[in-house]
Amino acid sequence: MTAGTDTAYRSTTSAARDGFAQLVHAEWTKLRTVRGWLIGLLVGATLVVGVGLLAAAATHASACTIQSATGQPVCHGIPAPTIGPGGEAVNDGFYFVHQPLTGDGAIAVRISSLTGLISSGDAQPGQPMTGATPGVQPWSKAGLIVKTSTTPGSAYAAIMLTGEHGVRFQYDYTHDTAGIPGAVSATSPRWLRLARSGDTITGYDSLDGTHWTEVGSARLIGLPATVPAGLFATSPDYQQITNHLGGGESGTGGPTQATARFDRLSRQGGWSDSAWTGTQVSGDQSLSGFTQSGGTWTVRGSGNIAPQVAGGSDPGQGLERTLIGTFAGLIALIVVAALFVTSEYRRGLIRTSLAASPRRGRVLAAKAVVIGAATFIAGLVAAAIVVPIARHMLRSNGSVVYPTSTYTEVRMIVGTAALLAVAAVGALALGTILRRGAGAVTAVIVAIVLPYILAVASVLPVGAGQWLLRLTPAAAFAVQQSLIQYPQVAGDYTPTNGYYPLAPWAGFAVLCGYTAVALLVAAVVLRRRDA
Amino acid sequence: MCGTPIIVTARPAHRRPSCEGRRKWLLGVTTRRSRLPTVGGMDVSIEVNGLRKRFGSIVALDGMSFTVPAGQVTGFVGPNGAGKSTTMRVILGLDAADEGSATIGGRPYASLRHPLRHVGSLLDAAALHPARTGRNHLLWLAHSQGLGAPRVDEVIEQAGLATAARRKSGGYSLGMRQRLGLAAALLGDPPVLMLDEPFNGLDPEGIVWMRGFLRALADQDRAVLVSSHLMSELQDTATHLVAIGRGRVIADTSVADLIAKASDGRVTLHTAARSQAMTVLAHAGATVAASDRDTLTVAGVDAGRVVALLSEAAVPFTEISAHRATLEEAYMELTRDQVEFRAAATAEPAR
Repeated sequence: MTAGTDTAYRSTTSAARDGFAQLVHAEWTKLRTVRGWLIGLLVGATLVVGVGLLAAAATHASACTIQSATGQPVCHGIPAPTIGPGGEAVNDGFYFVHQPLTGDGAIAVRISSLTGLISSGDAQPGQPMTGATPGVQPWSKAGLIVKTSTTPGSAYAAIMLTGEHGVRFQYDYTHDTAGIPGAVSATSPRWLRLARSGDTITGYDSLDGTHWTEVGSARLIGLPATVPAGLFATSPDYQQITNHLGGGESGTGGPTQATARFDRLSRQGGWSDSAWTGTQVSGDQSLSGFTQSGGTWTVRGSGNIAPQVAGGSDPGQGLERTLIGTFAGLIALIVVAALFVTSEYRRGLIRTSLAASPRRGRVLAAKAVVIGAATFIAGLVAAAIVVPIARHMLRSNGSVVYPTSTYTEVRMIVGTAALLAVAAVGALALGTILRRGAGAVTAVIVAIVLPYILAVASVLPVGAGQWLLRLTPAAAFAVQQSLIQYPQVAGDYTPTNGYYPLAPWAGFAVLCGYTAVALLVAAVVLRRRDA
Repeated sequence: MCGTPIIVTARPAHRRPSCEGRRKWLLGVTTRRSRLPTVGGMDVSIEVNGLRKRFGSIVALDGMSFTVPAGQVTGFVGPNGAGKSTTMRVILGLDAADEGSATIGGRPYASLRHPLRHVGSLLDAAALHPARTGRNHLLWLAHSQGLGAPRVDEVIEQAGLATAARRKSGGYSLGMRQRLGLAAALLGDPPVLMLDEPFNGLDPEGIVWMRGFLRALADQDRAVLVSSHLMSELQDTATHLVAIGRGRVIADTSVADLIAKASDGRVTLHTAARSQAMTVLAHAGATVAASDRDTLTVAGVDAGRVVALLSEAAVPFTEISAHRATLEEAYMELTRDQVEFRAAATAEPAR
């Protein structure tokens, strides 16, 4: 064979660079030139928005109380939650026995008993402790507190004894440090000390009142020169959650009361000599009070100083409620994603695609980039629209939507778009493997949507639901979690209430893992199979 | 005729395109030259060497080997199931052969970076998304090769699709789909074209157009491989023939040779005095067959001798010509041997 001196035809089209960008361009042209697919993307986005808005419109929240005089219920919209210094919704209900402290100073006290009462389920209105049983809540609290003011939601720092979690130093609702563990008794009391120096409050604990250990300290910015400081007691509502076989849960709850006994109180620094004042800082006054006889103070209180959490006695819900339509939009988007490849198999067009680009892995990659980007944008626009509007509607309808940080909100919106995009790429990969649209769509629905609904709609027991949200691609819905799970707050941290077993991006990574495996298998079979 | 050519190309005179083809090609295409490997002085563009492929227990390709020269339309013929489409898919790297190789200009298809600039192919005219317009179908294909919309509009014009290009391809007739497939094959202006049954679904006018078009492409020194299961479609189009059966090549020959062989020196005679002529010629030792009321096919004596004999005997005749077999007849002649071969082959295992 020799190089011919004769001539042969040569293409006159200008030689373009051989780039992956060309393939992406070609796949994008394919996607945008089938109107049904563009409509499918639009339907997906519309479902995310529409279902979210419908759910918000259908939610009407109100709080009812039985009037003790008439026995008739009186209903009103749920009041806006108290907002703490960090912008989060908080409970700030406790009984506060205080004196003004001006400038620096310290207070120390011995606590020798912490007991409590738990209301019975059939207590009469107005007499909540009728038939109550003795018992202290794990997070009943009593100790020393310094607070900006007695206004609920104001900044504070406190050293306290808890029902079951030993000594804790807490400040500004969300911060918690552990001290000496264990419960107290008359023979094993605890010593607590709280000192102010400028803006800094430091908490100490001790077993003997002589050897002190620092538990923690906090800077409370803008603390006024004169602040109320002193003793406090509080006890959160109890909750009994029953998980039913086959899913669903029901709960009972009611108020509780904590009673703490303090003595050996000592003070240094700028204290006045006025009498101790008892103040109920929001909540039910009927369960609170204090007595002082000689050097002994007995303080009773009910309520909680803690961030609010969803699902318990607190009335609010997480912002992810606005994204309830994600699963519906997901179904539309994965249909488009699967058809994006399976329609080529159905028509034999895959041969044209692979003849135009013999390096098959790149064709798959270009398709994934295009469908991923298109579904990401559809999801991003939809989520960015529905979150603020549905939140406004929910609040207008009387619901409490817990405030979230800007970062969390951006993470929820971007995460939702990313969830939709990665699920769509997964559908594309399955479509490549199975070559059938119906099969691929069914597989993705079974893998993502079904576990999500089973777990979140409390069809399954909580434990099973949580395992589904760890192991299946539905774990990715964790990117929508807006609520924070606080170890120092007793709550019903279930998927139904918006708490996922995995951290947001960790859950998302589970979906990414499944999609990566599916893409890899798709690339291998695409290479090996005759087209 | 064509009139004066407007563009002077570097093409040698003997390879001038036909008038019809040239008119179309002058619209937007100029030609450049390059060197391709040659065999026996001819440009070879597709080279298929010993392809074997099984689908389960069925042998689809059984040592398929042939070459497709440039500057000709090569007919790729054989009955349905003979392996035409499978061979084409292997050439395009879509199916993997168990053995053997297929190259385009000496390179395997999979190594081509912008393959449509090397080979344009039409495998299945129905392979379209019905909701996409013909133009958009060409557009994504163009984008995949780094080409733009202007080139798309050129091939739409060349394939005569201008009026239908912006309609959804789901509404196309089979003939329009064939034109769209041809336009797609032309996108990269490739030196090699490979078309599977391009005449399917074309109306008579379309068949004439397609024949002219294919000849014009070959006249530009492109290699054109056209498969068909109907020989009549390739009449006056193909100058080379690769006939296959059961996954292997039966004949690889020029059409002129094949027809000459099938024509075999026979003479066609038109005469009103049929019986007289038959008598005279038979006496002279010729084999005479009546093929029509006033037409005779004469074998055994050449045309000059026929004229002399008839003139001597004063038998009137209106026309005498060398008999030219149709491609179909020639093909039948070819495959008759193959049928016998097959019969012998199938008898063998019984022994």
